[in-house]
Amino acid sequence: MGRAILSLLGQRLVQAGLVAWVVGSLTYLLTRALPGDMSFRIAAGRYGYEQVNAEAAAAVQQELGLDQSPLAAYLQWLMDLASFDLGRSLVSGETVVQELSHQLGHSLSLALTAVVMALVLGLPLGLASGLRPGRWLDRVSLALALGLRSLPPFVVGIALVVLFSLTLHWLPAAGHGSLSHLWLPSLALGLGLAAVSSRVARNAMADVAGSDYYAFSRLKGLTGWQTLRRHGLRNLSVPVVAFLGVQLVYLIEGVVVIESLFAWPGIGHALVHAVVARDVPMIQGTALVLGLGFVLLNTLVDIATLLLDPRRRLA
Amino acid sequence: MKTLTRQGPMTPLLALRRRLPASRMLGLCLLVGLMLFGWGVPLLGGADPYAQDLMHTLEAPGALHPLGTDHLGRSLLARTAEAVRLSLGLAFLSVASAVTIGLVLGVAAGWRRGWGDRLLGALADCVLALPGLLLVLMLAAIAPGSFWTLYLGISLVLWVEVFRLVRSVTQGLMASPQVQASRLLGFGRVYLFRRHLWPALRPQVMTLAAFGAATAILAVSSLGFVSIGLRPPTAELGLMMTELFPYYQEAPWALAQPVLALFLMVLGFILLAGEEPK
Repeated sequence: MGRAILSLLGQRLVQAGLVAWVVGSLTYLLTRALPGDMSFRIAAGRYGYEQVNAEAAAAVQQELGLDQSPLAAYLQWLMDLASFDLGRSLVSGETVVQELSHQLGHSLSLALTAVVMALVLGLPLGLASGLRPGRWLDRVSLALALGLRSLPPFVVGIALVVLFSLTLHWLPAAGHGSLSHLWLPSLALGLGLAAVSSRVARNAMADVAGSDYYAFSRLKGLTGWQTLRRHGLRNLSVPVVAFLGVQLVYLIEGVVVIESLFAWPGIGHALVHAVVARDVPMIQGTALVLGLGFVLLNTLVDIATLLLDPRRRLA
Repeated sequence: MKTLTRQGPMTPLLALRRRLPASRMLGLCLLVGLMLFGWGVPLLGGADPYAQDLMHTLEAPGALHPLGTDHLGRSLLARTAEAVRLSLGLAFLSVASAVTIGLVLGVAAGWRRGWGDRLLGALADCVLALPGLLLVLMLAAIAPGSFWTLYLGISLVLWVEVFRLVRSVTQGLMASPQVQASRLLGFGRVYLFRRHLWPALRPQVMTLAAFGAATAILAVSSLGFVSIGLRPPTAELGLMMTELFPYYQEAPWALAQPVLALFLMVLGFILLAGEEPK
């Protein structure tokens, strides 16, 4: 158990390092790719176009180390990153860490609600269709899942806004602050997740229900519910949880797009704004948090599968 | 399947029908239909997708504009066709490049393990460390609004999956008795690839390619939707949705067109892929 977890943590640590390096290098390229004199451009972004003069540009140049050779600047850039110095936002002037700490909570509450909704909607549907594969419930849920998978989260979001805000006037279309604002964005994300996890749960349930040990436990006289609880749930939870790891890609990508659609003040929204405003330190910070969050959640999923399935601890 | 076609005269279409189950056939038909729409509409003549006509904005479908006009009076038929063409073209291009590169490098890495294999594996890990859309988005930030950056970013994300699949299948096959026998008999590499590797790889690579095309289309439209991808006035599905969403109440049919086109395109590729996603 201990060794399995240690080797797993080691692998994920390497992945986290790779994330930091890839994000750092890409954002460094981004600073080099800005057209025109970079220090004037950044100064203009920071102080407004009327306030730019040579002095401000020189200050920016000095602060960001723009006068170094490309290689030295690249190493300096990575060193700052390694010492967790993410700099200041070029737009708001606040430190990136401060901005991120505001946004992270919003993103987390959105993502968590979406995952919970996906499990609440997807799991029971998947289990019910897996117990009777090929029947009408299975077919309907397959068609639903296929349809939802063919729609990106932002289209689901548009459909929800059109239905619940513009037509029925039940829920606000965008913004944040109260609980009612959380419903539509998390449902938009959660429906797509539920589509896939219901199918995974259905396949796992069908496998388990068709197995010899399941038939035997029915044969020895346990009721359907007892069999499901004692022999079904733990066995089918392993693929379902393991698949959550694959779905994290969808979740992280969805957070970026859905937050922009619903003006949700989280990390994804900030990333999109930073790209539009060419606010390089913010791009680096937000991409880093999303990437590291991806690694961290994957690690949690790995540990959960180890805890659920003792057979994996030996491998 | 070859023996089947040899037994009797069979038209190519019938042979295809035999090979593909109904749902995959449906996916293929959807995609062929969309291709005909995308490339056929400009051939029939009709409006320029960029010509504005501010006297006739948000018109309902009619004789002059069969699918109506958008908020700047541009023909939606021409624009939707252009957007379909753009998405499909970009998907085909990036999938073709990703499959070619993934296949060549995957076979090379799986054929003989060594430092080249480890190097490619490390490169693949770097790409997979981040969610794909995030990588494409950061590349798009470096050169905004460029078709070729999107193409490069999407291919970069897609080749890794092909590479990893091909590499592991090749590794398994190279150690198998039948390949070793062929090698002992002195057959060349090209023969080994065609006789032993490609038949095993083809169905799985094709499935990955279809899913990859769906991923590419979703990525382009997602970036367009958050205004990071291609720039206006380009007709792109995600961008069109952003532009037309504010006019939903006046012109719901206008917003429905890019949504429907995107849905059918992705559905087509998922059905064509044939399996449930891993």
